[in-house]
Amino acid sequence: MEPRVFVHFFLNGLASSSCYFLIASGISLIFGVLGILNFAQGALFMIGAYLSYQIILWTGNFWFSILITPIVLAGIGIIIERFLLRYTYRINVNFQLLLTFGLILVIEDLVRLTWGVNWHTVQEAKALRGVVQIMGGGYPIYNLFYFGVGTAVFISLWFFLNKTKYGKRVVAASSDRELANGLGINVPRLYTVIFALGSSLAGLMGVFHGPFINISLEMGHHYIMNAFAVVVIGGLGNITGAYISALILGQLEAFGILYFPFFERIFMYGFMMVVLIWRPRGLFGEKKE
Amino acid sequence: MLEVNDIHTYYGRSHILQGVSINLQKGEVICLLGRNGAGKTTTLRSIMGFTPPRKGSVKFEGADLAKMPPYEICRLGIGYVPQDRRIFPTLSVEDNLEVVERKVEGGWTVEKIFCTFPILEPLKSRKGRHLSGGEQQILAVARPLMTNPKLLLLDEPSEGLAPLVVRAIEELVKSIITTGISVILAEQNMRFAMNIAQRGYIIDKGRIHHQGNIEELKEDKEIIGKYLAV
Repeated sequence: MEPRVFVHFFLNGLASSSCYFLIASGISLIFGVLGILNFAQGALFMIGAYLSYQIILWTGNFWFSILITPIVLAGIGIIIERFLLRYTYRINVNFQLLLTFGLILVIEDLVRLTWGVNWHTVQEAKALRGVVQIMGGGYPIYNLFYFGVGTAVFISLWFFLNKTKYGKRVVAASSDRELANGLGINVPRLYTVIFALGSSLAGLMGVFHGPFINISLEMGHHYIMNAFAVVVIGGLGNITGAYISALILGQLEAFGILYFPFFERIFMYGFMMVVLIWRPRGLFGEKKE
Repeated sequence: MLEVNDIHTYYGRSHILQGVSINLQKGEVICLLGRNGAGKTTTLRSIMGFTPPRKGSVKFEGADLAKMPPYEICRLGIGYVPQDRRIFPTLSVEDNLEVVERKVEGGWTVEKIFCTFPILEPLKSRKGRHLSGGEQQILAVARPLMTNPKLLLLDEPSEGLAPLVVRAIEELVKSIITTGISVILAEQNMRFAMNIAQRGYIIDKGRIHHQGNIEELKEDKEIIGKYLAV
């Protein structure tokens, strides 16, 4: 096989790992801090994509939608946490799962009402179109850009959680919610902030992933399954784990397509099963004390 | 300063505190003595708002704590040292202090903590989970000071520690008291409690059975035998 093909598939793997990380990071962050598995993350991602479609339709400006969509999604996240999720913390965890699952249905219907059942497409900004020459073959600039976005988001999240005072409070609250509260950290507000951040990550992915796909009502379903695989392999609640596991799964997918095109899906879930059997807390999961 | 008036606290359906009343003047150091399961921890948790009492009232400097979330209770000036220490395991010693910091002019800072608790300074970048039991306990006592409390609630700080470490903790608590902070100490270790407190309450089965001057309690062999002997 030509080395060029090999390199191009490797780059494809990097681009899809970005996609996995963007959706998994929100799930992992929300689970790590709030202890809630947010099934609605895919639906929030869908809202993000529709919104960016709408904004580009109005303004014709892709960059503008990068700015606005995450902010709107953060607002939606605040409303969901503040007025729905907050009432479920004291009751059985099943109700939280039901609630976030129910949100998917509600969001899909609202999107259907607003944008109808037809699918839409968006196009990336002009500067990101076209190809670069890599080893004598053209490679889409947008794929490289997309990988850069995922990595930048990972670095920002890592910096936030490890180097800022508020981020360290988030870590404290996630390891001992009650005590953090008793030592003066406003934990209810911190929960709102984290859910809003998680939602805006879904929105961000909606914007950046839009040019790859048809924006439709079903778009969230496929990604949410993969995202759970990423989160479980990386270790629930661990952002670094999610990033590395997304990199691994991106490559498994890329080379799975290259060598075993009919079985590509088996690699991802097969790998997840192996990890779960061998190391149930995930590759980078913390042992619960 | 603090007035706990006939509180009843439940865990689910179990009626744990059945009418506990405690009062504390500014600058006072009192202890809550009793066996395991007597209700010491629940009393402190009721004050902190972790398990708010269903009946009765808790007042701190005139403010009613009944409906307040714990972080607001803390911000009024109550510091909490939990049983089992509960150091944030993935944060360093320094971060464990910094995350709860509430800046007050002339108040506690990380530097001041390291001055008062010199053993912590060389450990400042070590993760909470890699500290020994004694080091964790010292950090657990130091941590709430960063919120600049007027009252400190200490839940069994001597539990599970070697006698030498208990002595060290005792000295630290004494030095904190000299800065003017009031203390409620929940203990089953008589010696430790009596070296520190001025007044004591004996609690058993969710009720206060005796209260009085620490010297009087110390002499009362009958009470000690009935409520505290192992």
